[in-house]
Amino acid sequence: MRKVEYKKIVDEVARLCMEANYFLGEDVIDGLKNSLKNEDSATARDIINQILKNAEIARSEKVPLCQDCGFTVVFLEMGTDVYVDGNIIDAINDGVRKGYTEGYLRKSILKDPIRGGNTNDNTPAIVHSQLVSGDKIKITVAPKGGGSENMSAVKMGKPADGIEGVKDFVVNQVIRARANPCPPIIVGVGIGGTFEYVTYLAKKALLRNIGERNPEPFYADVERELLERINKTGIGPMGLGGRTTALDVFVETHPRHIASFPAAVNINCHSARHKSIII
Amino acid sequence: MSQLIKLTPPLSDEDIEHLKIGDRVLITGKILTGRDSAHKRLFDLVQDGKPLPIEIKGQIIYYVGPAPAKPGKVIGSAGPTTSYRMDPYTPLLLKEGLKAMIGKGQRSPEVREAMKQYKAVYFAATGGAGALIARCIKSAKIIAYEDLGPEAIRELIVEDFPVIVANDIYGGDLYDEGIRKFQQV
Repeated sequence: MRKVEYKKIVDEVARLCMEANYFLGEDVIDGLKNSLKNEDSATARDIINQILKNAEIARSEKVPLCQDCGFTVVFLEMGTDVYVDGNIIDAINDGVRKGYTEGYLRKSILKDPIRGGNTNDNTPAIVHSQLVSGDKIKITVAPKGGGSENMSAVKMGKPADGIEGVKDFVVNQVIRARANPCPPIIVGVGIGGTFEYVTYLAKKALLRNIGERNPEPFYADVERELLERINKTGIGPMGLGGRTTALDVFVETHPRHIASFPAAVNINCHSARHKSIII
Repeated sequence: MSQLIKLTPPLSDEDIEHLKIGDRVLITGKILTGRDSAHKRLFDLVQDGKPLPIEIKGQIIYYVGPAPAKPGKVIGSAGPTTSYRMDPYTPLLLKEGLKAMIGKGQRSPEVREAMKQYKAVYFAATGGAGALIARCIKSAKIIAYEDLGPEAIRELIVEDFPVIVANDIYGGDLYDEGIRKFQQV
């Protein structure tokens, strides 16, 4: 059984928290640059250029892309032939504490949802863990901003709604969200599973890189169609009108119960942050 | 045709009357910050007829909760937060003389009506451009509610802070107009 030091997890999580917040993915930068080809409104172009310039400044000065450094969402894939000499969830939280403090990232987590009180270190992280075979640990840190998270939704539809029902639900949710989630957005869609699992799928979909299609041609087509429909809404960069409302749409699916038809939409802002490591 | 305008607060009714939706504005001078919790406290004080800890007459409030400043910097990343969460508190603050707000996203019909009534405007800044906007901020100090951390009220001195007029006193709304122009369905 392979052993990984507790401190290794802490240090890597801290680094991922900082890098995710400072460095916008090349896929997002390329997506934004490509969108300039379609935009002729001066306002839309101005905004996209500001976002690109912002990414340059964040990278060179090592400051967060956005002041909202997010709820720290962590996807953990734990091999069954590896162990950490301590509690791995504690190690992840120690890493978040270290990363957000040493990286001058904003701490946005309230201890109690009603009575408040900032935890002052952005913990606890939301950790989605999964057991996998092998002796490796994969950790993905995906800080999630509040503005776009607030525009997400879940629907327990009827099986009769079919794929067309899901498409309408997704597009209508984007229209309802309008400027609030900081478009150009990235749209994660979950279909199937249960009430809680479908939202997890929608969140997990956001870990894909721009342009990465669902391996199943049927769902790849759904993604392309949704992207086209969303970009016809006219919402545009920051909701002030334009042709680039979303940079991409990702669909993740799971088997469903014969009676249930869950669908979920998780919206990400253009600061689509996720960084991974395999230890 | 949209214009490029330079503004320095405090703002007068006349300053506000010149602004039309789509105008690009560069703000230089002192502005205030405030978001969810600070708004609730200010709102409660006005409702109870108590004095506010800050002067809001003629002022601009920027909806922001900045990231902490790195050593040698005056502030961390400081882009706008979503404005609709401040909507329930805004008409009362406009009545008290607040002249402008900077944020992102559309305002409620009540806020838009109050802007017409009390002569105030709403500016949109680019959400997520926190590192870029931080470069326009020359100084920052907390002037009220330090206990709120990122949500404390700060006084910022800004230079050429780029914003767009999203709502004017003539009932215009750049969000509705922009989308109408590009909608294909």
